[in-house]
Amino acid sequence: MTAILTNLFDGVAYGMLLFVLACGLAVTLGLMNFVNLAHGAFAMAGGYVCMVLVNRMGWPFFAALPLAFVSAAAIGIALERTLYRHLYTRSHLDQVLFTIGLTFMSVAAVDYIQGSSRVFINLPAALQGQFDVFGVGIGRYRLMIIVICGLLTIGLQMVLAKTRFGSRLRAAVDDPRAASGLGINVPQVFAFTFAFGCGLAGLGGALSAEILGLDPYFPLKFMIYFLIVVTVGGSSSITGPFLASLLLGIGDVAGKYYVPKMGPFVIYTMMIVILIWRPNGLFGRTAAR
Amino acid sequence: MFERRTFSYKVSCKVSWIAVAAVAGLAAVVPAKAEDSVKVGLILPMTGGQASTGKQIENAIKLYMQQKGDTVAGKKVEIILKDDGAVPDKTKTAAQELIVNDKVNFIAGFGVTPAALAAAPLATQAKIPEVVMAAGTSIITERSPYIVRTSFTLAQSSTIIGDWAVKNGIKKVATLTSDYAPGNDALNFFKQNFTAGGGEVVEEVKTPLANPDFAPFLQRMKDAKPDAIFVFVPAGQGGNFMKQYAERGLDKAGIKVIGPGDVTDDDLLNNMGDAVLGTVTAHLYSAAHPSQMNKDFVAAYKKAFGNRPGFMAVSGYDGIHLIYEALKKTGGDTNGDKLIEAMKGQKWESPRGPISIDPETRDIVQNIYIRKVEKVDGELYNVEFATFEAVKDLGKTKK
Repeated sequence: MTAILTNLFDGVAYGMLLFVLACGLAVTLGLMNFVNLAHGAFAMAGGYVCMVLVNRMGWPFFAALPLAFVSAAAIGIALERTLYRHLYTRSHLDQVLFTIGLTFMSVAAVDYIQGSSRVFINLPAALQGQFDVFGVGIGRYRLMIIVICGLLTIGLQMVLAKTRFGSRLRAAVDDPRAASGLGINVPQVFAFTFAFGCGLAGLGGALSAEILGLDPYFPLKFMIYFLIVVTVGGSSSITGPFLASLLLGIGDVAGKYYVPKMGPFVIYTMMIVILIWRPNGLFGRTAAR
Repeated sequence: MFERRTFSYKVSCKVSWIAVAAVAGLAAVVPAKAEDSVKVGLILPMTGGQASTGKQIENAIKLYMQQKGDTVAGKKVEIILKDDGAVPDKTKTAAQELIVNDKVNFIAGFGVTPAALAAAPLATQAKIPEVVMAAGTSIITERSPYIVRTSFTLAQSSTIIGDWAVKNGIKKVATLTSDYAPGNDALNFFKQNFTAGGGEVVEEVKTPLANPDFAPFLQRMKDAKPDAIFVFVPAGQGGNFMKQYAERGLDKAGIKVIGPGDVTDDDLLNNMGDAVLGTVTAHLYSAAHPSQMNKDFVAAYKKAFGNRPGFMAVSGYDGIHLIYEALKKTGGDTNGDKLIEAMKGQKWESPRGPISIDPETRDIVQNIYIRKVEKVDGELYNVEFATFEAVKDLGKTKK
């Protein structure tokens, strides 16, 4: 029984982490209809910024996290203004080629500057280890991930559903022409959303160094996971990717625990089954736009 | 367009094969003429996940040549470095270019087993020595009579840690190994000796090579309640493993970590945090090896490159030493067969301790040390506390 709960806890933490990493991609791919395979590069940037601040300059971990977000968002907005926006109207193939090239460049750049070996972020002692709650092992770090990511998710949902910006964004996505006709500055809304998605990825990158490992190949290694989250979750809302992340996180952990020989395949099997059942993802919109 | 490309590629391949054959033929007929330089083609992963291996070997070779000079037996030694990114196809291309265009007298390096195997047929055809300085699967030296190894085999350290564990009160072991050739080698040789001595493997998990999260596997280990976990993961993943091992409280549950020394590679050890304290591994080299020669080596390496040498560095250092010694013995003759003969049975004192080249298998014979991670002057080191002397590779095909 306790084993089930421990696995559930680990799975939720892993899923939450996947969500923060991938939800920016859900926004660009789903809402803006732009295939951004370089998404992981922003996550990596955030991770490395956090590492440099904490390990080399002695910042406290919690102070470095917001900066990981800000720096990834800043890189995101710079690239969006200079490069990405020229590709919004191009074909998906062009977008794929462009962003995969960007990914390779980021890998080479980080490899050159920071070296290819894996880096770790020095954590405060308060985040290390595990404590027991009625025999269920709760990892402190994973608990922190669940808290941070849970708050973020609630915040995001509120912003999208309740605020003026949220309704502008949804309008811009549903019908960009009508939205701009109504006086919504669509490119500005997209740029802001893009930057925010990159910032979330950066935060996710900083949080994931401890669990997934951070090295220059991060964007390539985890690209597939981000894509799975988005395809399985569907891209019409952020609830879809959120539930998909949790499902995949729990499925992956449980699969590796209970059937270790099959472990790595569980996540893919789940994806195939779900996509056969619902080709547009769990929460995909059925009507084409 | 694509078809045409494939065609010309095939042609160029064929041409280079003919050239290889021609070079090989010439080398066999014409006695090696006196040249002024000896060329060593060094093929290493300088980019990609294995880059730290390449860096260490390159550094060690530079250091050796600074210390000993770049001439031996009247010839100038020239190193030509090529990066293969640990991709066997690139290794093969690099080896071809080195042999055909640069006319090298040795090929050396090889960060991973598939790379060493990819170059093996070329060494055989060109009749030049292939000095393996990193890759650790047993079969490698059986693939060509021109292969010599100065690194190690996983069988050497895995059998030894299996014997040691059984004799030191470890009865139940859970294993966690990466699912690829070296991981399977480590697992099988460990199991063989550990169970022969009366130990029991209670849980066996193979993790995928690109493994993002050890948590579920570690939880499984914890629930199996073994005395120790036997671990083999590729060098870069050791840190992640040890961190999650501690996070999950396996250290407090009294479950030890044992394994071949790759998991506590000196290159990364110091960044792993105190969770690694007490980890017991069997390996060929520790930067804390107490000989004077090693102290000098570590000091010189640190001074030149700013970090600690690991077992890859020492393998590269010994590899270039072997090339130098072979040239001394042949008096500068670069005939491949003579060089290989000269390498067989070489014995010398390395920073890792006394080592030799087995004349039968051309593989390395060396001491395997049992070490425990301890804190020395505020830094983490593998401190050796038991020695198994002159261990041969036990993984060779049974004759």
